[in-house]
Amino acid sequence: MFELLGIPPQALFGQLLLGLINGSFYALLSLGLAIIFGLLNIINFTHGAQYMMGAFVAWMLLNYLGINYWAALILAPVIVGITGVIIERLLISRLYHLDHLYGLLLTFGLALIIQGLFRNEYGISGLPYQIPSQLSGGMNLGFMFLPNYRGWVVAASLVACLATWFVIEKTRLGAYLRAATENPTLVGAFGINVPRLITLTYGFGVALAAFAGVLAAPIYSVNPNMGADLIIVVFAVVVIGGMGSILGSIVTGFGLGLIEGLTRVFYPEGSAVVIFVIMAIVLLVKPAGLFGRTV
Amino acid sequence: MTRIRNFTLAAVAATLLSGTALAETAVKIGVLNDRSGVYADLSGEGSVVAAQMAVEDFKAAEKGITVEIVSADHQNKPDVASTIARQWYDQDGVDVIVDVPTSSAALAVNDITREKNKVFINSGAGTADLTGPQCSPNTVHWTYDTWALAHGTGSAMVEAGHKKWFFLTADYAFGQALERDTTAVVEAAGGEVVGTVRHPFPGSDFSSFLLQAQSSGADVIGLANAGGDTINSIKQASEFGITQGGQAIAGLLVFLTDIHALGLETAQGLVLTESFYWDLNDGTREWSKRFAERHDGDMPTMVQAGVYAGVLHYLKAVEATGGKDATAVLAKMKEMPTDDPLFGKGTIREDGRKVHDMYLFRVKTPDQSQGPWDYYEQVATIPADQAFRPLNEGNCPLVK
Repeated sequence: MFELLGIPPQALFGQLLLGLINGSFYALLSLGLAIIFGLLNIINFTHGAQYMMGAFVAWMLLNYLGINYWAALILAPVIVGITGVIIERLLISRLYHLDHLYGLLLTFGLALIIQGLFRNEYGISGLPYQIPSQLSGGMNLGFMFLPNYRGWVVAASLVACLATWFVIEKTRLGAYLRAATENPTLVGAFGINVPRLITLTYGFGVALAAFAGVLAAPIYSVNPNMGADLIIVVFAVVVIGGMGSILGSIVTGFGLGLIEGLTRVFYPEGSAVVIFVIMAIVLLVKPAGLFGRTV
Repeated sequence: MTRIRNFTLAAVAATLLSGTALAETAVKIGVLNDRSGVYADLSGEGSVVAAQMAVEDFKAAEKGITVEIVSADHQNKPDVASTIARQWYDQDGVDVIVDVPTSSAALAVNDITREKNKVFINSGAGTADLTGPQCSPNTVHWTYDTWALAHGTGSAMVEAGHKKWFFLTADYAFGQALERDTTAVVEAAGGEVVGTVRHPFPGSDFSSFLLQAQSSGADVIGLANAGGDTINSIKQASEFGITQGGQAIAGLLVFLTDIHALGLETAQGLVLTESFYWDLNDGTREWSKRFAERHDGDMPTMVQAGVYAGVLHYLKAVEATGGKDATAVLAKMKEMPTDDPLFGKGTIREDGRKVHDMYLFRVKTPDQSQGPWDYYEQVATIPADQAFRPLNEGNCPLVK
């Protein structure tokens, strides 16, 4: 049996698959960030907290109302999306005429407040959320044991990412959105309600984060810091892919998941840093990001 | 008339005299721990509540000791812990720092406390180096350490036939110490270590590491990590069918709050070592019930129990020496046997190690559990003289 750098190929395939699974979370989250940045020009630092809210809302639906995982997969993004709409209307919309920095500070502050509230109420250790019975167990792929749920995560996030890309790049609604990004005044003159479009876009980006949160609830611990740990990595993914690039964020999300997975095999101690090293290199070589357009 | 006046004078004088006697010693206790990160539930505000309960149960005010408790968040960072410790000792007049989970932070506070000649009663941190090469005359290590955990859980697992180990280790002082101590136990008992992976701290996805452990051919995966890292490791190990596939999981440091977060469905059957459990005896039950009433219904962890017992013993030493001179109080703390409802009778050795029984527990199945927080069944008691590293084996310079 041949070996690649001392690792048997079976183990390598397994690690690549796991990288892909983590990549699906990166892709889902960075996609939401990219959409929000592309259309609102807001760097949404609340994204991690909204991902965490998705997981918590799923937990609350189950424990307080007895609503199962599948319904939560739809309901939680809707509920968190609505909170996003409220935040956009009440707060973020007042900052569009100011520098990026103000939006960043506002959303960062909101993230800290939301995390603090959840921490105060539910503590830090996290809450248990079981994998839905239909997806428990797993299958033996020969080179590794793949839990059914992980397979589902990859499939669900791929579908969500591709559907979002399709809507934005290939439909009339998407065309309005992209036009509004380029020239809001002109699009408004054609009779399209641009502020409403922007509000709904923010709500949708937030809903994507919450969707990722529900997907994550059964495999990671549902705790108030779950988003804070992830969001920094996701920001690096967005920067590497190119701020505002839809396809870029999807491809980079999955790609960096793979690279991180490989680092965990060859040099586990470095797995927390590898993405940032890549980010630094990309910024030096191609500051607009791999898929970004230099304007 | 004169008689009345004399009487009044005498009463006033008496009050003044006893007043001065009462206000003789003012002690300031600093509870330094994680209040927002991965260890916040097992220490955090609960440790402050425990310290307050110790002051009240000791009836400090009636004994002429006024106690003030301050608290701060060290965010599990040694640099933050050092800054706070220096400020507390230099400017805020803190006499004793308690708790301090996260070994790297605890080692930093250990150095500063020695430099300033104050008192450090550690409950939260694990590294056995605190009473080993880094031991200090100013530090008491109360609740547990990596050596005790390694010997408790490690020996039990090897005896149960799990000889080949793979370690999943948090890449910092505590994880490394725990891995080192457990390796020694495993090898001494005729087992072997077939692999190790050091994961960044804190982490959230452990599946890659678990997969490496799975393909290593080990009988048992030793989790040399703590808090949220352990919770996620165990959760994902069950997801990837590791336990179903015949490999056992050894949680080398698992707290009651971790089991609470995992749920019994996932955690059942786990074997772990602790020095305190709320449902051990009447004393622990009575105290824990009072604790829960003041802490949102959450039962105490061994770390919080250790803070209570440590503060209680410190106050007894202050009372006995009639002052708060660090050298005198520390000498008294080590001379007096310890006695409290939570850890029973014990002693503090010259290397700073507090010695008491440890217990081996198994996590109950959902059917066995009677209700919330009813999580452990006791498997064995590890007597105090075997629970901790023998005094002469720690390489502590204080021990001749």
